[in-house]
Amino acid sequence: MTKNLRVKSSEFIDETSRISFKFDGKTYYGFKGDTLASALLANNVHLIGRSFKYHRPRGIMTSGSEEPNAIVQINPNSNITEPNARATEIEIYEGLEASSQNCWPSVNFDIGGINNFLAPFLPAGFYYKTFMWPKSFWEKYEFFIRHSAGLGKSPTTKDPDIYDHRNIHCDVLVVGAGISGILAAKNAAKNNYKTLLLDEKNELGGSIIFETNENKKINNTFSSEWLKKEISELKNIKNLEIKTRTSVAAYHQYNYLLARENLTDHLEKKDKKNKIRQRLLKIRAKKVILATGALERPLVFNNNDRPGIMLSSAVKKYSDFYGVACGVKNIFFTNNDTAYESALSLHNKGIKVDAIIDIRENSDAKIIKKINDAGIKIYWSHTIVDTSGYKRLSDVSIMKLSNDGMSVTGSKTSISCDCLGIAGGWTPAVHLYTQSGNKLTFDEDRNVFVPKADNSAQICVGSCGGDFELDEIIKNLSNKLKNFLNISQTDFEDISLENDKETSKRNIWLLPSDKPNGKTKPFVDYQNDATAKDIKLALREGFRSIEHVKRYTTTGMGTDQGKLGNMHALGIIADTAGVKMGELGTTTFRPPYTPLTFGTIVGRNVGEFFDTFRRTPMNDWHIKNKAEFENVGQWKRAWYYPINDETMHQAVQRESKAARKSAGILDASTLGKIDIQGSDASEFLNRVYTNAWSKLAIGKCRYGLMLNEDGMVFDDGVTTRLGENHYIMTTTTGGAANVLSKLEDYLQTEWPELDVYLTSVTDHFATASLCGPNSKKILNKIIPELDLSDENFPHMSFKEVTIDKIKCRIMRISFTGEQSYEINVPASFGEAIWEKCIEAGKEFDITPYGTETMHLLRAEKGFIIVGQDTDGTMTPIDLQMDWIVSKKKYDFIGKRSLYRSDTMKEDRKQLVGLLTEDPNIVLEEGAQIVSELNQKPVEMLGHVTSSYFSPNLNKSIALAVVKDGKNMMGRKLFVPMENKNISVTVANTVFYDEKNERLNASL
Amino acid sequence: MFLINCPYCGERDQQEFKAGGEAHIERPKQPTELSDDQWAEYLFMRKNIKGVQFERWNHAHGCRKWFNMARDTSNDEIKAIYKMGEKPPPQ
Repeated sequence: MTKNLRVKSSEFIDETSRISFKFDGKTYYGFKGDTLASALLANNVHLIGRSFKYHRPRGIMTSGSEEPNAIVQINPNSNITEPNARATEIEIYEGLEASSQNCWPSVNFDIGGINNFLAPFLPAGFYYKTFMWPKSFWEKYEFFIRHSAGLGKSPTTKDPDIYDHRNIHCDVLVVGAGISGILAAKNAAKNNYKTLLLDEKNELGGSIIFETNENKKINNTFSSEWLKKEISELKNIKNLEIKTRTSVAAYHQYNYLLARENLTDHLEKKDKKNKIRQRLLKIRAKKVILATGALERPLVFNNNDRPGIMLSSAVKKYSDFYGVACGVKNIFFTNNDTAYESALSLHNKGIKVDAIIDIRENSDAKIIKKINDAGIKIYWSHTIVDTSGYKRLSDVSIMKLSNDGMSVTGSKTSISCDCLGIAGGWTPAVHLYTQSGNKLTFDEDRNVFVPKADNSAQICVGSCGGDFELDEIIKNLSNKLKNFLNISQTDFEDISLENDKETSKRNIWLLPSDKPNGKTKPFVDYQNDATAKDIKLALREGFRSIEHVKRYTTTGMGTDQGKLGNMHALGIIADTAGVKMGELGTTTFRPPYTPLTFGTIVGRNVGEFFDTFRRTPMNDWHIKNKAEFENVGQWKRAWYYPINDETMHQAVQRESKAARKSAGILDASTLGKIDIQGSDASEFLNRVYTNAWSKLAIGKCRYGLMLNEDGMVFDDGVTTRLGENHYIMTTTTGGAANVLSKLEDYLQTEWPELDVYLTSVTDHFATASLCGPNSKKILNKIIPELDLSDENFPHMSFKEVTIDKIKCRIMRISFTGEQSYEINVPASFGEAIWEKCIEAGKEFDITPYGTETMHLLRAEKGFIIVGQDTDGTMTPIDLQMDWIVSKKKYDFIGKRSLYRSDTMKEDRKQLVGLLTEDPNIVLEEGAQIVSELNQKPVEMLGHVTSSYFSPNLNKSIALAVVKDGKNMMGRKLFVPMENKNISVTVANTVFYDEKNERLNASL
Repeated sequence: MFLINCPYCGERDQQEFKAGGEAHIERPKQPTELSDDQWAEYLFMRKNIKGVQFERWNHAHGCRKWFNMARDTSNDEIKAIYKMGEKPPPQ
């Protein structure tokens, strides 16, 4: 029974290219240029979806991005489906499929519709009030609430589309390409400003582009004709970039705006392929001109939400722009002249308009006479008290308004209709303006919030700035532009204008009905089903702040962010609470203006591009030798090297044994390296490390511990003195950037008198760490001319040598307790030196080991890992590392904090070793430690920080932080787990080679 | 996202910078002579004003230099930027 309501050909619609699309499984036809909304209306489809809470049938209300009702699911049968798309914004293409949302089994027969009849039991705050008790039932309630929550369905697979980001810098950014935006952009660009003009629609020209009102002429022609000429001149202007289908989502400080450019959503499938779908524009503009226009307001009356009830401006646009009649029996309901313009426009196109219901007593605007001449009946001082028609509006009941507008009088008249255009005035689209941090002021006379003030970096023009009449818009625009762009004249300041002036106003936020308040449904927020009744209930229950009323009633919290109804919500609150709208203020406008896809936000930063990876120069070798990798900060580190089917545990046990038995090799390139030079370098190290550095001889290495000013351990590492005024510091892999940043901070801000220069050289060197009793023999094979005797090259010393013309820095330092040599070479020789070591080590069964084995070996020796055994609450004393804290030094970073009453407490959590009673049980890292098993509540004494099975000791070992641990040596404690309680004994942190004999032993 | 005029590099986007807390808090020259309370005052106590606040900023992804900024926290207006060691401008 599809009726074709395409009434008149339109220049914006290409009737030669017919497009087929599916809605709710049924095939329809539209034309190129149609939106899904206009194409459905042309097919006389008004019922688009169901409302969120009451599941009431809803139709298309608007013709733009403010649409609250006509939200649809795109590609509903695909696993890359997209929910909550606005039918008013979707340009149709061949093969488009869309479906209704929030209804089951279908939009025509929706089980959830029962909520509509339960409405008296579903007031504002229903969920808060009902599901509070009994408390234990929450999990059961939640199941059902979750099921009914949310609109539409999410895609279930990875987004296959390509998204992009682009930075744009411009002198002038113009947002909105209506008449104001076009003239502003044109004049800016002509005056040598690099200008960018954006509009969310696919056509420039806003609402003037289809304006054929006899009473709105520019230079004696239709304003639309004049504007088309202006637009045609734009392409010849240098400095001007225009982007359509581009919606500004956010306006941040310092004129930083984010916009979404839609590139392929309007194309059919074959043309979308391999193209960027959407692009996020990151725009930094010197000046911003907001020409975002105004949104028409609905009117709030009983049952104002039926399919067929639309904004009057939308009815006009569908007829004038798309050539579609929204109904065959049209009426309008208004409080201003806008509806008359729409009615006249329809009449001139041969679409029948039966009546206009106006809450005003009269108006002497010129257009009234034309309406009378057209034979359209006007009901002055009348209001709609009810509407009927479940899935499509069928008629309205009207009554005469009392003088105070609070009630209705007389008898009820019924008017049959299938489309009702409502016109409640205009709201400037100030969303972006307020997002930028600027304030609004309330214009009592016109009931609008308008921008408070322009400034040198931003102006609001056109109806966004509060000018609604064409002559005012043009005059004010010209003056503002001259001032803002510092130009002496604009190219349109002399145009002649004719337009009707609105003379009569009457505003009633909530229109009365003959039914008592409690029996009506005047919707304020259509998408979230919030009615005037809910708002009044919230006020009765004591809510006063507009932000609280919003959250309690969910007014303005839908995907449309209440673009239509927020003003009415404010008005109803102000009227009910007896405060002025200006004092009440608005809720906060937050980005995005219209929803963004996640794809646009993340752009290309997905998958392997999500974060930067850093790889060492030996990475290829690790891959070739089947290493498993571990992420350490941004680094990819070799974790362990499984042979055949070895598990991680097996590989690590094998590697650990080999390193102590003969020789192991570790890629230590990721350690942070900072080159320190300058005449005050020694003094600088004295101030940043807890131990003394002045007496370190050239060619010697020393371990250092760095604290924060609060006394807590921050980083550690070995620093080597390369020359009189030259050191190289190593830091932990993860801490490198923070250490450099902290050291720079102190140098620049606290001690600028020190002659010290810091350079990060982490990436400049590759490091192979040779370790084990045979490491000396291997190194000797590589560089026979170097005397490796303990006398010439003792532990904690450094040699600079040349191997195969490669300059090497070799440090004899150890993180495993074995004899070790760290060979540092320029990064590009990393792999070469690594392979040389492997080759030389073959006869000693050299075993490459990864980070896991490194962790195990150091734990056997009780060496800490900052960030694993410490967590920002551990002082060196807590770590039982008192030996590294100089008593003699007057000051170092964090020293004073070690003497605070809190840090001096005896029973702080301290680092200890733990041995399990059963040597085969390996504790879980992070497991809690208690002393009593039957105590309730049990006191948590601390937790396990490192835990391994030691193959060299053939038992489980662990490090832990335990309250008063120093005084607990030998005490039996428990680690309670889910299924068992594990008995442990507090032990020394050093489990292996306590006397450090292996460092110098010749084995 | 602020636009920050680094005194060494010129105008750059905020993402190149790192905020470093309140400015003009000098590290005591003789910490060991301070009482716990005096040390705590230096270590922990920071202002949180609505209005013009003096802050340290670092051009972390640029020249790595630290500098000072006077910023109105109520509207994020940057009132002044000046180098380390320089006196804050008069209000």
